[in-house]
Amino acid sequence: MLEHIELFFKSIFVDNMVFAYFLGMCSYLAVSKKVSTAVGLGAAVIFVLTVTVPLNWFLDQYILQPGALAWLDGNRETPELSAYADYDLSFLSFILFIATIATMVQLVEIIVEKFSPSLYNSLGIFLPLIAVNCAILGGSLFMQSREIETAALALNYGFSSGIGWFLAIVAIAAIREKIRYSNVPPPLRGLGITFIITGLMAIGFMSFGGMLTGGEDAPTTPQGQSTQTNTLPAIENEIETTPLVVSE
Amino acid sequence: MGLLSKKDTRLILDPLADDNPITIQVLGICSALAITAQLKPSIVMAVSVIFVLGLGNVVISLMRNIIPSKIRIIVQLIVVATLVIIVDQVLKAFAYELSKELSVFIGLIITNCIIMGRFEAFALGNGPWKSFLDGVGNALGYGVILIIVGFFRELLGSGTLFGFKVLGDSVEKTGLYAIGYENNGFMVLPPMALIVVGIIIWVQRSRNSALIEEN
Repeated sequence: MLEHIELFFKSIFVDNMVFAYFLGMCSYLAVSKKVSTAVGLGAAVIFVLTVTVPLNWFLDQYILQPGALAWLDGNRETPELSAYADYDLSFLSFILFIATIATMVQLVEIIVEKFSPSLYNSLGIFLPLIAVNCAILGGSLFMQSREIETAALALNYGFSSGIGWFLAIVAIAAIREKIRYSNVPPPLRGLGITFIITGLMAIGFMSFGGMLTGGEDAPTTPQGQSTQTNTLPAIENEIETTPLVVSE
Repeated sequence: MGLLSKKDTRLILDPLADDNPITIQVLGICSALAITAQLKPSIVMAVSVIFVLGLGNVVISLMRNIIPSKIRIIVQLIVVATLVIIVDQVLKAFAYELSKELSVFIGLIITNCIIMGRFEAFALGNGPWKSFLDGVGNALGYGVILIIVGFFRELLGSGTLFGFKVLGDSVEKTGLYAIGYENNGFMVLPPMALIVVGIIIWVQRSRNSALIEEN
């Protein structure tokens, strides 16, 4: 239970898809001009992530991982004995994950068109573009590289990552609505100031970095360099590039 | 095919400045920010995208008359996913450490909006040679921004370029460090990438006022 709560809060604040990993930036920048469309897109992303991450977890467990196909000849309990023990299909991850995502997004599109035509019209082209939103594929790929252990944790991870993304896009939309009346220098207007504001928000979110570890670990950047400050997202521990990090 | 015609050269040169995929078309932002803490991954990512976009554009362009419209997104995704799998396997074979650093971001080339964007906007309506040039041009434009951001972040953040200590040794206090210069450790952290790109956009739009957005 504690695992679930920790994963939930970590994925929303510490490993925020937008502010820590920059996933889903294209639609984040394009759809954040009004809060109402941002809320609609954010909700759609939460739904798609919550559905696709567990689905891809099952694919990973029973087809893609090395030796995962053992259930085919009945050796589920003892995968070493199976004829399929040496099969490692993980190179097919990209294609299988993106296929489930594209299918799910098509489904979401059909559902949204039926139940809320106004939302469907206001989202326009961005609804099918969720299929190529890096946040969705990123969610599945991170689920795979962090070796999330159970389907329930995968569901939790998908849902909370979606909430993190939702939080980010609604916040930036609200800010952008307000600064339309501010005196932004012309070359920075629109895209430039949004980048800088997002950067400042990302710095703000870094303050959550010590939230779950109590600031004890010495986190490092993805490239394996240690930083002088202790405020990096603690998840960097799990990327095995550096021997300096003390992992849990 | 020695000298490219004027229109063909524009296909390659335009995306480098006036029609840059990252700063003007607002595509491909995700990987541009995440892996640019050092120069080497930036260059590797740029080369990978040139490969995927160039070849992908050619393949889609060759198939453009036989892809049914309803499933074209799925066909595009499969073409890109296959090319990215090739890149991923090559990197794992020849540059394992680097592929670990780049981790999921190689896979995320599949969802790089530039690739799908160029497929839809160009490859589906033009011949293979022009599509190849367009693909390479846009990927070069993307690569230029990646390299600029990676250059400044690595130089100012850790005083190295490509791993070589160019500003002197920070531990032994040689070079610039002797006069009290300190690395800006913040530069290697994610938020600075956003701010560096914001500044690049600022510079670009100041020089070319046609690109300024109306309010």
